[in-house]
Amino acid sequence: MLIIKCPYCGPRPELEFTYGGEAHIARPADPAALDDESWAAYLYIRKNPKGSHAERWRHTNGCGRFFNAVRNTVSDKFSATYEIGQKPSDHEGSA
Amino acid sequence: MQRYSAFALFRNGLSGQSGWQRQWRSPEPKPEYDVVIVGAGGHGLATAYYLAAEHGITNVAVLEKGWLGGGNTGRNTTIIRSNYLFDESARLYDHALQLWDGLSQTLNYNVMYSPRGVLMLAHNIHDVQSFKRHVHSNRLNGVDNEWLTPEECKEFCPPLNVGGSMRYPILGGALQRKGGTARHDAVAWGYARAADARGVDIIEKCEVVGVRRSADGGVEGVDTSRGFIRTRKIAVSAAGNTSVVMDMAGVRLPLESFPLQALVSEPVKPVFPCVVMSNTIHAYISQSDKGEMVIGAGTDAYISYSQRGGLHIVNHTLSAICELVPMFRRLRMLRNWGGIVDVTPDRSPIIAKTPVKGLYVNCGWGTGGFKATPGAGNLFAWTVAKDEPHPINAPFTIERFRDGILIDEAAAAAVAH
Repeated sequence: MLIIKCPYCGPRPELEFTYGGEAHIARPADPAALDDESWAAYLYIRKNPKGSHAERWRHTNGCGRFFNAVRNTVSDKFSATYEIGQKPSDHEGSA
Repeated sequence: MQRYSAFALFRNGLSGQSGWQRQWRSPEPKPEYDVVIVGAGGHGLATAYYLAAEHGITNVAVLEKGWLGGGNTGRNTTIIRSNYLFDESARLYDHALQLWDGLSQTLNYNVMYSPRGVLMLAHNIHDVQSFKRHVHSNRLNGVDNEWLTPEECKEFCPPLNVGGSMRYPILGGALQRKGGTARHDAVAWGYARAADARGVDIIEKCEVVGVRRSADGGVEGVDTSRGFIRTRKIAVSAAGNTSVVMDMAGVRLPLESFPLQALVSEPVKPVFPCVVMSNTIHAYISQSDKGEMVIGAGTDAYISYSQRGGLHIVNHTLSAICELVPMFRRLRMLRNWGGIVDVTPDRSPIIAKTPVKGLYVNCGWGTGGFKATPGAGNLFAWTVAKDEPHPINAPFTIERFRDGILIDEAAAAAVAH
């Protein structure tokens, strides 16, 4: 089981959290203007990298808040967790 | 190829079993092939075999970064069934099921296909309704599946805890009698041996590190850890690593890779006659011919390539098994492991051409690719050989996500992942 550091509550066991998928995918500002290809990419295409991955987690059985994390998908080691709204560039690459 | 038979066994017995040949060669890669298959798991090897046997394409290399059958082929729980809901899926999985019948004879290799029955248990009213819908849908598609009452479940699989004080009692089950198990390693070995005998080169410890494209945009070859190999057709069959390989060609797919775990117990005498699966409380279990109870757990919540998963996932499944089959409470577990499964948003696979000319992909089998091994290889070989899909895999394109024609089997998986 992973130990995940909630930016608000500190380190807690994985069971308290819910995984929220890839982070920093913005909903298109004007969906009606998108062609099918771009809409499908927004809905379904994910990076699925072997290495550093920016992702969302929610501390469901804790403070209940969403936050972002950078985790290495080979070692499962977290290199950073940070609040929603912050940029991944400050945290990526070190994992 | 040295044919296996009772007579061959007897004859080699006279010479102290010293006359057996290696089952396949270990060749150096040639500079050029007609087709390069990425991944020597069951699917990749079956693709190579059908390319050679049915389409006469024998100048084929199967590249494997590790060892043959060492990925999900050697890590799954060997369950075979075809009781899927939708017409497209029923055709796809039943095509595979038809090929399992007689596969040992076709390959001259005992894959130990054992149609002992797959029983999927219902624990609440929703399960009952959903499974009955599956039974009816399957019957209309000519797929064998029938509904059993709790008493009939108990009769078919006596160790089950029917009645009693279960938190989620057994309210019935859907039984596919032609479903069952096969020996996973033997499937990979049998296809490898039969493909090799037809001239296919199986090259282990050869990792693809790049895909080269020519000026016209089509594929030109692959860079590997053992040098450049020229080819005009690349068939990717890399399961959990598909995203990584396709990234090299600049193709992004709707895939996410998750660890899926399985475990086996110490071997015991034959006690469990069939495969039992339970979606609601998440358990599936069968007994191998060695006597081990083979148990499948769930996927972890997050994407990962780590080939191991959280212990709490395994614990969850084991508590469900102990409820279902109380006599297993004292059984000791020997080993557990993980494999990386590539999951699509609609939980149906992709067997298709890609936007890149000469690049083909067979992926997205998620948590249930083993059962489809012969069918997937057969259809993928057709797609690669003819540069167009077979009617059975024609709906399983990448473009279905763009066009909104999903084959939404998410609810039809045997267990909730």
